[in-house]
Amino acid sequence: MEDVAVKAEGISKAYNGHRVLENISFQIEKGEVFGFIGPDGAGKTTLFRILSSLILPEKGEAFVYGLNVVDKYRDVRNITGYVAERFSLYRDLTVEENIRFFATVFGTTLSENYDLIKDVYRNLEPFKNRRAGRLSGGMKQKLALCRALIHRPQILLLDESTTGVDAVSRREFWEMLHKLKAGGMTIALTTSYMDEAAKCDRVALLYNGRIMKTGSPDGIADSFGLDLIQVRSQRLYAVKKELEKLPSAPSVSLFGDSVHVISGEKGLSLEDIEGFLKKRGFEDTQVERSRPGIEDCFLALSRGYKKKGTDGEGY
Amino acid sequence: MKRFAGFVIKEFLHIFRDYRTMVILFGIPVAQILIFGFVITNEIRDVDLAVLDMSRDEETRGITERVEASGYFTIQKRLESPGEIEAVLRSGTARAVIVFGQRFAERLPGEDKAQIQIVADASDPNTATLVTNYLNAIFTSYEMELVKPSPVPHLIETQERMVYNPNMEGVYMFVPGTMAMILMLICAMMTSITIAREKETGTMETLLVSPLRPFQIIAGKITPYIVLSFINAITILLLSYFVFGLPVHGSLVLLLAQCLLYTVMALSLGILISTVSNNQVTAMMISMFTLMIPTILLSGFIYPVENMPPLLQWLSYIMPPRYFIEIIKNIMIKGTGILFVWQQTLVIAAMTVVFVGASVLNFKVRLE
Amino acid sequence: MEKVIEAVDMTKKFGSFVANDSLTFNVGRGEIFGLLGANGAGKTTAIRIMCGLLRPTSGKITVAGMNVYRQAERIKRRIGYMSQSFSLYEDLTILENIRFYGGIYGLPERVIRRKSQELAEKLDFWRIRNSLIGSLPPGWKQKLSFSIAVMHRPDIVFLDEPTSGVDPDTRRQFWDLIYETAAEGITVFVTTHYMDEAEYCERVCIMADGRIEATGSPADLKELYGAGSIDDVFVKIARPPRG
Repeated sequence: MEDVAVKAEGISKAYNGHRVLENISFQIEKGEVFGFIGPDGAGKTTLFRILSSLILPEKGEAFVYGLNVVDKYRDVRNITGYVAERFSLYRDLTVEENIRFFATVFGTTLSENYDLIKDVYRNLEPFKNRRAGRLSGGMKQKLALCRALIHRPQILLLDESTTGVDAVSRREFWEMLHKLKAGGMTIALTTSYMDEAAKCDRVALLYNGRIMKTGSPDGIADSFGLDLIQVRSQRLYAVKKELEKLPSAPSVSLFGDSVHVISGEKGLSLEDIEGFLKKRGFEDTQVERSRPGIEDCFLALSRGYKKKGTDGEGY
Repeated sequence: MKRFAGFVIKEFLHIFRDYRTMVILFGIPVAQILIFGFVITNEIRDVDLAVLDMSRDEETRGITERVEASGYFTIQKRLESPGEIEAVLRSGTARAVIVFGQRFAERLPGEDKAQIQIVADASDPNTATLVTNYLNAIFTSYEMELVKPSPVPHLIETQERMVYNPNMEGVYMFVPGTMAMILMLICAMMTSITIAREKETGTMETLLVSPLRPFQIIAGKITPYIVLSFINAITILLLSYFVFGLPVHGSLVLLLAQCLLYTVMALSLGILISTVSNNQVTAMMISMFTLMIPTILLSGFIYPVENMPPLLQWLSYIMPPRYFIEIIKNIMIKGTGILFVWQQTLVIAAMTVVFVGASVLNFKVRLE
Repeated sequence: MEKVIEAVDMTKKFGSFVANDSLTFNVGRGEIFGLLGANGAGKTTAIRIMCGLLRPTSGKITVAGMNVYRQAERIKRRIGYMSQSFSLYEDLTILENIRFYGGIYGLPERVIRRKSQELAEKLDFWRIRNSLIGSLPPGWKQKLSFSIAVMHRPDIVFLDEPTSGVDPDTRRQFWDLIYETAAEGITVFVTTHYMDEAEYCERVCIMADGRIEATGSPADLKELYGAGSIDDVFVKIARPPRG
């Protein structure tokens, strides 16, 4: 029990009769980076608002460092650093004024916790007299992180902190998170970027209000035993269209500069595919087996959910 | 305490950054007071009158001359019989008719009382009010001169008869009424918008996850605006004193204290509104519709409370401006002290406590 | 190849800030053209100029053969636009939205009716055609919103981060739609933060600090920069944003 940072049991929540979260249970260990991976509308924000005590769960219970998020919401707020999905600092105040204000609100000062936030703050310092509203997306995100760290929280709850932020800023952001983790901070975050899963210690794949799978990124990929064949070609889309006509009806998806083919029960060999494409005039293809990533797993799982009709929507 | 101070500093920063809102906050009251005030003061010049003098004696001639000499009026027509009154008013030849009763001079010194009647066209109520008030003032001063040797009050009894709109209130009604309305609206709007804005931009989410307590947030929001509103109140007072010559017969300190109390009440009401509105537009709408219209219609600002149907009269008791108007009229015009307005003051103070209390209770510590 | 967008030295200044600094590029008919860049690199400004929403400071720019200075209103009739924040009216049904946007572009009633049915078949929504947009899942809205943006058969459709936050499966369905649209001769001009999607474009253009840093097919760029993926190319080129 000592090592558990967050514990959730059977959390459910509905808005206007629409199920947003359905029986969510998980545990986050102290000091780990735990990611909730899922698209918009999966329920990530609702879940994080429940964890940060901003809304009440309908069913189930959640504890942050052993504190019930409903009864002990004041204590929970004191030990968590929550960053909302939307930039929620004062746009008309400067970077420095924002930090100073929130430091006072939490009864602390910038210098008192400077060691903790210095890595993040150093990036912001050149712009400390700029109004927060005029910062770029990446800088806003860093300012929001700074704000969340100002009271030396035990755990960070970051909701969609990297959404809409460019690839370079995202990399920097992750470097900062890993430094914080090295200092012993527990970090829970949500993201819709599947590639960020690899940067987490453990992830939960969230889809339509349910957790489809929890585990380490590698563990999830391995547990699948998916037989994945990767096809590269100059005419990628045409190749994808052809492969969809394969008689064994595998799942065929574009993945960046390649097509991923996951064969069905029958199984497909590299030669099957190569031969099939060659017959149709694709000469330049490279076909090889590959290790599935989180996105492959997510695709397979979510398609399974759709087929089973368990997503409740039926689209 | 440090948290509270930090909050107040932050609010001031918001206020100074947003100079456009500042212009509106300070500009609108000045503009409104000037508009309301000038609409009234400018029109009273060379107003056409008719006179029906049934006595034709020294005194009635004296009063008529005095009226003409005032510069406010021109006597357009001398009427012969009461039957003509209607016609001159209807045709617009005269805005009002002065009717001297029979045996005016004869009755003046005695118990009998001399009679003057003012029949005014109140289809334009403002002018009608002004005309009757100015005429009354002239009559009173004439009377004062008469009674100097032996101070027997009310030798001349003036009867006003407002055709089309009876029982008008006095000229000084407008400035206190406008003051009450503007302070109420501006104050309530300021605070209701400021919290709603935090909800709209998402910063409320960040405040909620901080250790600030609802009362700290509410007090922190009200404090800076007390300063602003007080400056506003003083501006309005200065304008009404210098531009419109509204006197301050009573204690200035008491007057300012009352303004302060009233603004705090309005600011708290704004906070209460903000606890039920999720965005600035809703906050603005609620402030406008629940405050402006009732304030204008029910506080006795334009229509006298006594003439309203009982239900509306009863409603007017919950209109804060009603009490404030009474208070400032008492202090400024009648020159009375706290002893005469303590009840109204208590009502406003109680309302403030209720609004703050309800806001704290109603303040959501969560997002839903 | 026929050019539908030609920009020579396209420049836009806001006061002393140069949002677009002499951009020169062209896009061919039916091409899928990707514009990449960090936040604040100038992507949105460039798109707004081409849509006739912003007047450029200088440069020669033609869109669908029309001049952006003088024929902005005509350009608007020949383009489609969809952004991440652009949403259909949440309180109208699917069919009502289609009818409304068809009406905006002056499509005759019978064309709108036929298009509605075509769309219903393609996206499989006939069953729920009278549902409010607000009740649909986000990914689904994006697909519908794209289909509506190309309903009037524009020459070019501009997509500003169309797949942000959409689930992997729907994202791929969305790209299927893009490919089909391009195959019909409609040029697709798209911005995205997903680097794997950059690989799906025929050509990409990478912007940093208001300037174009590189243009070319994903394969060419990877070779040029000796990088394994467009993500790496991007990180090599795009400097971290300055504030």
